[in-house]
Amino acid sequence: MSNATTSKLRRRNAWYGYLFISPMMLGFFLFLAAPIVYAFGLSFTDYSLLHPSSFVGGDNYARLVSEDAQFWRTLGNTLYFSAGLIPLNLGLALALALLLNQKLPGTGFFRTVIFTPVVTSIVVWAIVWKYVFATDAGLLNQILASLGIEGPAWLYDTALVMPVVIVVSVLKKVGMNMVIFLAALQDVPKMYYEAATIDGASRWRQFRSITLPMITPSLFLTLVITLIGSLKVFSQIAVMTDGGPGTSTYVLVYYIYQLAYKVFDFGYASAVAFVLFFLVLLLTVVQWNLRTRWVHHEQ
Amino acid sequence: MSNKSGKAISAVVRYLLLIAVSAVILVPFYWMITTSLKDQTKVFEFPMRILPSPVVWGNYAEVFEAQPDFLLHYWNSFYIAVVVTVGTCLFAAIAGFAFAKIKFPLRSVWFLVLLSGMMIPAEVTTIPNFIWFSKLQLADTHFPLIVPPMLGAGGIFGVFLLRQFFITVPNELDEAAEIDGCSPWTTFWRIMVPLAAPAFATLSIFTFLNSWEDFLDPMIYISSSDLFTLPIAMKLFTDTAGTAWHLLMAASVMATLPLLLVFFFAQRKFIDGIATTGLK
Repeated sequence: MSNATTSKLRRRNAWYGYLFISPMMLGFFLFLAAPIVYAFGLSFTDYSLLHPSSFVGGDNYARLVSEDAQFWRTLGNTLYFSAGLIPLNLGLALALALLLNQKLPGTGFFRTVIFTPVVTSIVVWAIVWKYVFATDAGLLNQILASLGIEGPAWLYDTALVMPVVIVVSVLKKVGMNMVIFLAALQDVPKMYYEAATIDGASRWRQFRSITLPMITPSLFLTLVITLIGSLKVFSQIAVMTDGGPGTSTYVLVYYIYQLAYKVFDFGYASAVAFVLFFLVLLLTVVQWNLRTRWVHHEQ
Repeated sequence: MSNKSGKAISAVVRYLLLIAVSAVILVPFYWMITTSLKDQTKVFEFPMRILPSPVVWGNYAEVFEAQPDFLLHYWNSFYIAVVVTVGTCLFAAIAGFAFAKIKFPLRSVWFLVLLSGMMIPAEVTTIPNFIWFSKLQLADTHFPLIVPPMLGAGGIFGVFLLRQFFITVPNELDEAAEIDGCSPWTTFWRIMVPLAAPAFATLSIFTFLNSWEDFLDPMIYISSSDLFTLPIAMKLFTDTAGTAWHLLMAASVMATLPLLLVFFFAQRKFIDGIATTGLK
């Protein structure tokens, strides 16, 4: 090909490149970049549908830090949810992946069953569990009653309600992380285990010195994704508890929803939303920085 | 203890653990299906029966009588999820292809800019989007449930996924196509799309599910009941007299079944897709 046709081709290709990325770039600017800038601006106003808005400087953030006890309880509840969910979810997912990684008959069946909730609507999942945990007619308390035990009011007890929501959330998503771990486990070369067995290493030692280091990339990625997801929990709270009893299961997104769409306090809601944004941003930056330092065998 | 009996015991323990977890996971499906077949007067029967008696299949028909709009809500959820899924696959694929295979100025810069969108939670942008959509008279329509998910964070995830996939396609393949005179569109459509079937399968089922189970957006945007999607239509089974559990469970079964069937038939491909398309 002559130089002229090559450069013509190159220019044509560049146009195709821009054309092909333009819908996504447009969506990015319209629905993500512009809104995040606007939301930041809103967080310095008292914008509301109820009265004309004005610039209030850092008032919303001051209110959030020093006046709004509900915000701190909400943040605490969110972190409680994450702190409960992460170890249970990752621990169970890893344990199940290790169990299913053996060539035993029936593993395909168990894998399918455990993955099923992932493809079940979270709203339906939460509705049914709410019914299972219902105080009088719920399945669980009926089973307990048949054993002569009077079951507690699971969803109306401030000490029990969050653990219940955590367990329901773990069961919904554990299959996803299990499948990711399973794929990572199957990538570990078998010869490492063979060599370790010849050297007389115990099963636990093999797990600690071979399996764990080999799957750290998956483990780490899953940890961050699950953590970010847990900070954004909403549907199961809205369906199962409505933030209650009282405000004991208020979480960040639920609180933002209440502030913005129940009391129309868009300015303040934006400030709370930005706390969520900064938490996610922080986690993402930490992930980028620690990836290379913590994770062995980065590909 | 001999090694052999030790192995047998560990296999038993292993199965017991798997059975225990599976049983807990199957509980809601059991409760949902049995309740959906109970006579209304037997919903709160104590002591409960393992299986409903009599079995009332009529509950499924009664859902459509008690909620005449149920079919409409079902259709709304379905067509929205289909449009979002098809749109996401198309727009994410052409962008992913461009980022992987077409050389154009500042390609990696644009890609990083787009990727940065993945850390913007949709929950944070919902307030400005709501204000703008309200001003454009788009608030009580399906537009906010279709376009932002397609071209926003969900779409970007798709771009990332498909770019990862297209990078693994050998360059010789698309270079040969180019020398043969194929335009980038022809290369994309004739060569890349058929190759990417597993990646599309994974992206499709997740995108469909995310749209199908979306709760926050319809709660925020939709107020007219004829525009309801299934997740918010479920609340219609509760009124001042309480919840019609037998009907709500029948509706839940109907809302769950299609996706479960698709999953059961395609599960091996789908789960392998998660494992191989860079999700791990």
